[in-house]
Amino acid sequence: MDGRERQPPTSPPSAGRQSADRQAWNGEAAAAAHGAAGNGRLGDERREGDLISARGILLSRGGRTLLQDVDIDVAPGEIVTLIGPNGAGKTTLVRVLLGILPPNRGVVKRKAGLGVGYVPQRLEVDRSIPLTVARFVALGRRSSTAQIERALAEVGAQALLERQLTELSGGELQRVVLARALVRSPELLVLDEPVRGVDYAGEAELYTLIGRLRSERGFGVLLVSHDLHIVMAQSDRVICLNHHVCCSGVPHSVAQHPEYARLFGPQASRAIGLYQHHHDHSHDLAGATRPSPRPQEFK
Amino acid sequence: MTEPYLMRALLGGMGLALVAAPLGCFVVWRRMAYFGEAVAQSGLIGIALGLAFALNLTASVLVVTLAVSGLLLLLSRQSLVPIDTLLGLVAHAALALGVITASLIQGPQLDLMTFLFGDIFAISRADLRWIYIGGLVTLALEIWLWRPLLAISVHEDLAAAEGTRTAYCKGVFVLLLALVVAIAIKIVGVLLTVAFLIMPAAAARPLSETPEQMAVFAAIFGMLSVALGLFLSVALDTPGGPSIVLMLAVFFMVAVFPSVLRQRR
Repeated sequence: MDGRERQPPTSPPSAGRQSADRQAWNGEAAAAAHGAAGNGRLGDERREGDLISARGILLSRGGRTLLQDVDIDVAPGEIVTLIGPNGAGKTTLVRVLLGILPPNRGVVKRKAGLGVGYVPQRLEVDRSIPLTVARFVALGRRSSTAQIERALAEVGAQALLERQLTELSGGELQRVVLARALVRSPELLVLDEPVRGVDYAGEAELYTLIGRLRSERGFGVLLVSHDLHIVMAQSDRVICLNHHVCCSGVPHSVAQHPEYARLFGPQASRAIGLYQHHHDHSHDLAGATRPSPRPQEFK
Repeated sequence: MTEPYLMRALLGGMGLALVAAPLGCFVVWRRMAYFGEAVAQSGLIGIALGLAFALNLTASVLVVTLAVSGLLLLLSRQSLVPIDTLLGLVAHAALALGVITASLIQGPQLDLMTFLFGDIFAISRADLRWIYIGGLVTLALEIWLWRPLLAISVHEDLAAAEGTRTAYCKGVFVLLLALVVAIAIKIVGVLLTVAFLIMPAAAARPLSETPEQMAVFAAIFGMLSVALGLFLSVALDTPGGPSIVLMLAVFFMVAVFPSVLRQRR
């Protein structure tokens, strides 16, 4: 495991933008960082130490403006949820932030050497490529078998190690892609509609998993969702996008925002942001039940 | 089987098969068979120009295949005409231009059939040198690019997000493709060159569980086909290049048949 890996903290960062996380990422002593917790900067000013920060993004293709004047940041340890209707430019914005798509105007600043774990919206691997799950997880970098196994175990997919990628179901594939993101020990995890095609229980479990991993590892999360009824309860900020940033803030404040109500209708305000997982059992993405709390081997 | 021309044919063909195998896997994975076809057919223009100006044929073919690769990449930026149509268009235009150029030169030095289907028994010592020097360079670059190119073939956005230099890798790949096509044209001709790339890889796919296995099996199938094809050619007095390609087709059929049966059940 590399040096950036954090011990499971005794007090997980709950409010996101804590300077504790940032200092830990910068390689300072974790103990000192814990002492400094709580001095989080919550203001709207340009923040130093962001993992990724975009200003004034304009992107147009074929005469259509897909993104206009978009500002967005993700700080270490922070979960930012990007919501918006279908076709609002969410995936386009993600691709700009990841450097896949050059914007027509605006700047994207990434922390130097930023390690990104990316879970794209739809992953279709050409069946002509023979590829085991283990190989897919390690693709493009050198990883030990132990690292690969650990990443797969974290998403509950250790049994898939030797399977061919083409044999997996949608839910299994999604876990494997998440494992590939995790094996890189990312500082920023980007998930583009990770729950698409997964049932409600699977969705809940995935969000719980992401929240827990964030607490354990302290990475920043950028989560894209078009499902307005469930936004992760752990979201520190919600950004509502419809080609431009309509509104942003903590989940509750966004739900009350008139722009948000205008975009998604008044019922949406009642539903947002409050997903909590309080069942006595959980379902994995394949639908099998598992007792809660989660088994300790996931640690 | 110890005639010098036969040994050269065997050495040249097997060298080419080895070099073409990993590249052919990428051509299959990245669905670039028609791209290769268009580039290969443009090789005829290179041959005609090379003959007209008395240049080294491999070099003149390489220049033209590179130029056409660049043109194709440029044309693929527009989205009004689908890419397969575009590739077919360029392939046919290149073939037409190549045949016209060849007919304008005329003369005894140009036997069109030779360039369309290759003449593996005419491989000279100089050709062998080209095949092995070009082949070693290509093989080294293939090994060097293997990981990033594989990552790109599996999922381009994912590879890009994780820091793979996608544009750079794809550029070198197209360069290698043009180089191998230029070398292969001499041996199997403009029309059968792509077969050398895609058929061994296709035959290897059903037997492979990892990408590396597929490349190795493709190399084995390619080299075996060269040996068997040449044997067939000598024994039955059939043309060399087509005999090799026929052997590749037999390998593919045998390899793919079990999975066809499995699908039916």
